[in-house]
Amino acid sequence: MSRLFMFEKPLGMRDTLPELYEKKHRVRTLMEDAIKQWGYQFIDTPTLEYYETVGTASAILDSELFKLLDKDGHTLVLRPDMTSPIARVAASRLLENDLPLRLAYAGNVYRAQQREGGRPAEFEQIGVEYINDDTVSSDGEVIALLVSSLKKAGLSQFQVSVGHIGFAQELFKQILGTNGRANALRRFLYEKNFVGYREQVNSYSLSSIDKKRLLQLLELRGGEEVIGKALDIVEDGYGKESLIQLKELWDVISDYGLKDYVKFDFTIVSHMSYYSGILFEAYAGNVGFPIGNGGRYGLIEKFGKKASATGFAVRLDKLLEAMGSLEVTNTVECIFFSQERRKEAFQLAETMKGEGKQTVLQDINGVKNLDAFTKKFANTTFLIGGA
Amino acid sequence: MNTKLTIAMPKGRIFEEALELLLKAGYNLPPEFDDSRKLILDVEAEDMRFILAKPMDVATYVEHGVADVGIAGKDVLLEEERDVYELLDLRISACYLAVAGLPGTAMNDVAPKVATKYPNVAAAYFREQGEQVEIIKLNGSIELAPLIGLADRIVDIVSTGRTLVENGLVEYERIKDVTSRLIVNPVSYRIKDERINELVTRLSTVVSLEVK
Repeated sequence: MSRLFMFEKPLGMRDTLPELYEKKHRVRTLMEDAIKQWGYQFIDTPTLEYYETVGTASAILDSELFKLLDKDGHTLVLRPDMTSPIARVAASRLLENDLPLRLAYAGNVYRAQQREGGRPAEFEQIGVEYINDDTVSSDGEVIALLVSSLKKAGLSQFQVSVGHIGFAQELFKQILGTNGRANALRRFLYEKNFVGYREQVNSYSLSSIDKKRLLQLLELRGGEEVIGKALDIVEDGYGKESLIQLKELWDVISDYGLKDYVKFDFTIVSHMSYYSGILFEAYAGNVGFPIGNGGRYGLIEKFGKKASATGFAVRLDKLLEAMGSLEVTNTVECIFFSQERRKEAFQLAETMKGEGKQTVLQDINGVKNLDAFTKKFANTTFLIGGA
Repeated sequence: MNTKLTIAMPKGRIFEEALELLLKAGYNLPPEFDDSRKLILDVEAEDMRFILAKPMDVATYVEHGVADVGIAGKDVLLEEERDVYELLDLRISACYLAVAGLPGTAMNDVAPKVATKYPNVAAAYFREQGEQVEIIKLNGSIELAPLIGLADRIVDIVSTGRTLVENGLVEYERIKDVTSRLIVNPVSYRIKDERINELVTRLSTVVSLEVK
């Protein structure tokens, strides 16, 4: 291995310099305030977790986990998401008396770098988990909160695409019979390979009506009208139930007055086995990757409590990218002083801080290039020499 | 909202055929399109922007969202495994991925070596065959490798098979048929759905006519 330069960082790790820090802080605060207004309680969990518990329960692929060993030889992971640690805490500490639980978080997560740049290996997620409530109202609340917190953060143009894991699954089972064949098709959806999906469908010996039903799935995208189209291709059973849920969800979102932000998309399969019901992704037009995602999952059961939950996670780095150049106005003022008027300068600084101004106290003898340094401040005051 | 559609086109062999397909689909593209040296071409009449990229890079531009859609060979998609939608088989630039080598030779018992421009495809193929091989990545003129003893086999694109014959190589196994595909960035697919649906409809009409 070649010798590292002193400035180098591990692949995928980024520094947050003052200007970006300010922006991040501002957007995070706006999101957090919005989430708190809905009565969610923020919690923190450790950065390190056991591989066997949180690591294997997580939706993140094994190859994307940062792993290390503790002194007893247990494998640890840097938390790859916040949902599985919160499921652990909820199941072991918080889920008492079988009550609904609304939790929120803002924290860094870690995913091992797979490829070239443009994908940080450490990034911040802000999100909520709404645990132990199976109603469609709770799915609707989480989507509405996602939309309204993004709006509060200042994002104007974005869209949430909503799907349901049960619909495609049930359609496949009804038509194809076996889980194996259903999973083969689901994998094509998961891999976003519609060409392969069509080839696979055409390779099965099915009636032309059944083939058409399977191929129509790829077209099921749009507003409320899509539910009607979906009803035409699925028979009674769980598939229809998932449509009833989505119809109700649409009504819930409409009652929140947010249906302009939401579309249906039955081709969304974010994960092969993680989600158990309604699921969604959020997109902003100018960012090539989703800014957030979420859905209903049965993860809590893995930690020993019977409860399902729904939630969302927004990627702060993608959100900042979507918001473009945020003007961060520099409001810091500077008081230059020399020894003679030091006390006066300190008193002035106290007064200014009391007024809520950010104030730097700078000994004039400590600055070599005064012109360059003054430019860094919104305002300057000189208290130097004999009064 | 910005509705301009950015299309990543592969330079070289596939370009001509892809362009022809777009013209047949009724897109009004300027005649000087193909002999320009520019890498970015704006076509105001169609509210489209074309970027010309190396074929191997098309999926990268689309995955990162700097191009909404792209035209890429299935070979590239298999090798790169980018997170993009593969919406349509354009059925152009047909060829296939194959294993080739010197005639009548067996693989080295100790350390069989395979030279290729497609290390991921090659590794996956031989793993599925239950064969342990060592992959050597080359960037071009793959046929050289068995001729001068760098590798026992090569994995490469074959269209007519002439290059193999001219270099005294034979095809051992056919891995996968390859055609060009229309690929789409997952966010663009949802945000610019109307424009992309229109493109898909127009192209698929042309493609199905060609096949018949």
